[in-house]
Order: sequence, then structure tokens, then C-alpha cells
Amino acid sequence: MSNQKIFIVSHAPFWHDGSSITERSYHIMIAALPAVLFGIFQYGLPAVAVVSFSVSCAIFWELAMNFVTKRSLTIGDGNAALIGLLFAMLVPATLPWWAVLTGTFVAVIIGKQIFGGIGSNAFNPVVLTIAILMVSWKDLFDFDEALLNYDLEFTMLYPIAALKHFGTASIESFAAGDLLLGKQTGGIGSTFGLGLIIGGIYLIIRGFIRWEICLTFLIGVFATALIFNLYDSSRFAGPVFHILTGYTLIGAFFLATEDSSSPVNFIPMLIFGAGAGALTVLIRNIGAHVDGVIYAILVMNLLNPVLDKIRPKAIGKVG
Amino acid sequence: MIKRSFFGLAKPRLEYKTLPDKLPEPEEISCSEDVTLLLSTFPEQTDRTLSVKEGDKIKTGQKMSFTNNDDAYVISSVTGTISSISPFTGDFGASYSAVSINVSDNEEIDEQFEKYTKTQSPNAADTARDFLACVPGNLPVNLLIDPEKPINTIVISGCDNDLLVYTNQYIIKTAIDSIKSGIDILKDITGADNILIVLPRGFKHEFGDIDARVSTIDTGYPAASPHLIMRNILSRIVPAGQSFEDLGVCFMTAEAVASVGRAFTSGKIPVKKTITVINKNENVKLAVAEIGTPVRDILSKLGITLNEKDRIVLGGPMTGTAVYSDEHPIMPDTGAIMIQDSENIPHISDYPCINCGDCIRICPARIQISMLVRLLEAGQYEEAADYYDLYSCIECGLCSLVCVSRIPIFQYIKLAKYELGRMSIAEAIDE
Repeated sequence: MSNQKIFIVSHAPFWHDGSSITERSYHIMIAALPAVLFGIFQYGLPAVAVVSFSVSCAIFWELAMNFVTKRSLTIGDGNAALIGLLFAMLVPATLPWWAVLTGTFVAVIIGKQIFGGIGSNAFNPVVLTIAILMVSWKDLFDFDEALLNYDLEFTMLYPIAALKHFGTASIESFAAGDLLLGKQTGGIGSTFGLGLIIGGIYLIIRGFIRWEICLTFLIGVFATALIFNLYDSSRFAGPVFHILTGYTLIGAFFLATEDSSSPVNFIPMLIFGAGAGALTVLIRNIGAHVDGVIYAILVMNLLNPVLDKIRPKAIGKVG
Repeated sequence: MIKRSFFGLAKPRLEYKTLPDKLPEPEEISCSEDVTLLLSTFPEQTDRTLSVKEGDKIKTGQKMSFTNNDDAYVISSVTGTISSISPFTGDFGASYSAVSINVSDNEEIDEQFEKYTKTQSPNAADTARDFLACVPGNLPVNLLIDPEKPINTIVISGCDNDLLVYTNQYIIKTAIDSIKSGIDILKDITGADNILIVLPRGFKHEFGDIDARVSTIDTGYPAASPHLIMRNILSRIVPAGQSFEDLGVCFMTAEAVASVGRAFTSGKIPVKKTITVINKNENVKLAVAEIGTPVRDILSKLGITLNEKDRIVLGGPMTGTAVYSDEHPIMPDTGAIMIQDSENIPHISDYPCINCGDCIRICPARIQISMLVRLLEAGQYEEAADYYDLYSCIECGLCSLVCVSRIPIFQYIKLAKYELGRMSIAEAIDE
């Protein structure tokens, strides 16, 4: 048999559509770029420092965990870099270096790797991290304080914090158009609404995120905010304000849609999105926290396995 | 290869193509010097002895079987001398006796079948059972004559289940007369009065007077899968774990029906198989060769060269079987040979499922594959069958095609079914 050629044998199917996790991660990062670049343009070098340090730290932690657990290297799939980028997008440009280091550690190791790596995390690692950091160092996420030394050409008040502390009168100066174009303070990559929407639509069209979740999340926010606003417009802000401020847009397109922690069936996706949206506004309007997106998504992450039990009946299923 | 479209929101759609009006002329493969026939055996059966031995002369159409087991047999497709008999293991532990025949120049036809059909009052069911189990197209003889599960509907598939395979469309176009007489014989055998011919939409045919209902199916893969034909055309659904025969339905290829027709009209058992050959650049050619011809001979006749680390697939790109040797023979059910260049072979990974849901959205059987695959990876096959619809799978392979993590999902499913099958056999033996 020495003159026999060697052939590759494997199981059907012998085609693949060419998709890969790497492609997926990098496209999500590309979609996030408009918002990130805008943040860098607005906040300058400190923002560059936070973004690049965050991405490199996340990759470093993933690599370290690969060595510690003696597994094959997984940094090539781009998921760690994506976690780093999303983390940087949510934090103020002045976040100290140790917070970035800790945050990415929490995201990559506690948020993802200890559950078993990509695909096994019950919570969105980035969202979990922000929640933990918010609880641990509350002041870090006080955007008004963090961005005290910046004076850009718009109201330097974190809109939803202003709403929380000073009521609807304080937010009259925020025009919807300005908010959409990023004329508001906030995280590095979470203020430029237009950029986030463009990125999100790109991801939906390319099929990298599930439109059902984004759309119902926004509808959930809009509808709940509208109900509150109609009930008492002097106490509660309008739906457009809620959609364009805080983490709503980045949450809808980049956080709630994380694969592992969100459902895959049609009806569960609708419930998941709408539930997260509604919870967001509930927390903002009657809860203790300034922004509700983080906790709303975490709660829905928790419900995800139960929601995904609502599933269509398979062909020929008996009973 | 079909790539993910830029607009990934839309589900990828794989289309069956219909044969062009001007039919491609199939390449006649002249008889090889050596032909190998596979006679399937049970692996447990060790004391088997064949009715023939090395050095025996064999005529075309001669039957070879085990002396202690009358059911299984193989029909020689050539005339020659048996050069070797050796055990052979196929996919998923399928075990065979491989009979290699050194072909001689003068073909002699074995007269047993002709005598049987001409002299005795021919009983179609017995004839089919005794002679036609390995005609081209793989006639499911045992299903047709099972007294416990009478067949009342026969579905003749004129559209190959897999993509890029045109064998049965070609047979429908060229051998409709044989199919017509085959249908009469099948009715005689089974007593089935409901005969259905399934064609891809847009297929032009001139059947004239035919004793069967003709239906067309959607051209999106996997509409030609028996389960979907059952659901979409017969409006019946096979409960998971049951078979088509349980519902009185039997699926067979157009080629098998044509072979039955030919056998009875000519008095000779057909031995030439029509095959679709899919080249490296996905060019498709048709070829006709004796059952048992090695793949290598067909490829060399068609001018296809094989290199190291290419892939040879018997069957189509979605559901075929890769073989490890170019000496593998053509079998009665080999509808196609596909050759894949080493550069075009997509790699498979051991990455975990990331729960993106692409498989769930494309699954025609609506199975929760993202959950199923987690159980299958852990070897929890019984739980997979109980809670996540393992037995609803219609084995189309679309889940693996779109998997972002490149998990060999289809392989896991087949393995699970195989292991569960072995377990139930073992349990039955214990009892």
C-alpha cells in the first residue's frame, strides 16, 4: 500500500459556508468603530489609552488563562479583544489604569473563562463587569465627576444622572438631535447614537446579531418610557430621551445581543429584548440606579435558559 | 462551495438544479480489470462461508451468498475469476465481505434469472427478493415484501436528495419506459395503489400515459428529503422513532424502479450504475459503470487527477460518505462521486457552541440543535433523544454547514443514533 495516496476522510457535510467566530468578533468590532472613533475624537488621548489598554489587557488575561488551564490558545478568535473593546466603550475616558486592568480581569476570567470559555458564560461578561465595578467603585462611574476637566461645546452633564437627581426640568437643554450626534457626556463609545445605530444595522444586515433582540429592546424601552411619560410627564422623561441616553443604544446593539447569554428562538428573543427594555426604564424611573441597562440585561441573562424552553415543536415529536 | 452571503440576515438557500434540456451524454466506463463487490454481513457472524471461493469462475448476473444465511447475497456485475475474498469495514461499523473479481474478456450471462422469470410462473415478489436486492439504485426489497408492514404508497424520487447530483433526474428523462414497466411490477409485488413520482420544480417531462401521480417539490435543499416529501406532499408526519414503512410508505429512487423494469423486460439483471461525478471545480458529469468498478477507474476515464490530501466522497456534498481509498468500489446506492481539492476542504474545529442560533434557524426539522449538541458532545445520547429531539433529525447536514464554531454537528448526530442503535440491539439480546 506504499504507493497509495493519502486522502482526507471526514464526515458529511463536505461544504461549509465559511463563517467563523473570528469573522464574527472582528465584524462586531468594526461595527463598533464609528462610536469608538467618535469617543476618541471627543476625549482625545486618554480615550485612546483606555481603549488600547483595555483591549490588550483583555487579550492578556485570556492568554494567561489559556496557559494556566493548559488549553489551546483562544485569543485568535477575537472574542477577548471584543470584550476589551466593549468594556472600554462603556467607561469614562478618565478611568484609571488599575480599573481597566481589574475590569478586563473580571470580564475575561470571571465573566467568561471560569464558566468554561466562549459560549458557556451565563452572563454577558462586559455587562457583568460593569455591574461589579459599579458596586465596588461607585465613583468611577459618576460621569459628571470623571469628566470634570473636560469642557466640550455642550452641556457637560450626564443626561440620565441629571434626570435622576434634578428631574425633567434639568433635561430640557438636551435636544434629541444633539443626543443622537453624540453631544452628551458618557462612556467612550456609548454616546454617539448615530454611530451605534449604523453599526447595529450593519451587524443585523450581515446576520452577526439577531435583529429580534435589538428591535424589541428598543421597543421595550420606548413603550415603557412612553407609558411613564403619559402617566406623569413632569416626573418622567419621554421615550426618545431614554433611547438616546445612557447605555440604551449600545445595550440594544452590542450588549443584549451577546450570543451565549441570549436566547435563540423567536418568541424567547422577543421576550428577552422587550423584558430587558422594560426593566431598563423601570430601574431608571423608579429604581435606585442611574442607568438600568446593565442590571436589566443581567436579569434577562439569568432568565435566558428558562425563556429558551419556549420552542417550536420538532417534526414528528411525540408527546 | 456555497459561501455565506454578504447579507447574512437572510438564510442561505441551497438550490437543487434541474438538468438542462439538452441532456449531457454520460461517459460509458469500459469494464475495469478488477471489480470488487461488497456483500454485507453482520459483524457478530464469524462462521460465515461464502457459496463461492477464490479461483472460482463467475458469470455476469451470478448470485453469491452465504451458505448458512440465505437472505444476503450479491449479484456479480462481471464475468471473471474470483481473485480474493476479504473482510471490509465501511462507515459506522458496517461490515462486508469484499469479493474481488478479475474480469475476463468474454462476458457470459448467468441464465438462472432468465430461467426463473421465463419457465416458472413468475412470482414478482419472489423474483425481486431472490435476484433484485442489489440492482442499481438500491431497491429496498425487504421493505416491499415485509408481510408485517404492508406498503400502500410508493414514492419514486426523481430528484436526488443531495445537491449537485443528477442521477435520478437523468434516469427519469431517459428511461421512462423502464420506469413505467417497473411501476407495474412494483404494484404487483406490493399491491400498493398509490404511486407518486416526485420531481424538482421546473423539471420538464413528457411522460405521456403513466400509472402514477406526479408531484413537484420546491427547489430549496433539502426539499427532496423523504421526511419533507412526506410532510409537504403526502401531508403526513412520521412520528420520531418510527419509519416510513410503519406508515405504509416506501421511498425508492427512480433508478431502482427503472432497474426493476429492465430486469423483467430484458430477462437480465441490470448491473450498470449511472453516477454523477462532481469534479474539483464542481463541474458535473454523468458516467455509467458496472457496480463494483473502483472509483479510480471512473476518475481516470473522465480525466480527473487525484492528489495527496484530496477528498473522495461517495454521494453528494451534504450527505455523502468520504472514503479513504480510490479503490473503493461503486455500490448499488452510490448516486455520485465527488472529488474535493485539498485546498477546498473546510476545517472542522473542537470549539464549543457559542449559541449563535444559526443552526436552529436553518434546521428544517426545528430541532434545538444548540442544546442537542451540548448533550451529544458530552455523550449523553439518551438525554439527547428524550429531551432534544435527536430522532426528529432528517439528516440534511445544514446545521454543520452553517455552524460558526465549525462543530461537526451532523457527525455527532449520526454517531449518537448509531450508539443508541447498538445499545438497543444489546438490550434486545440480553432479554
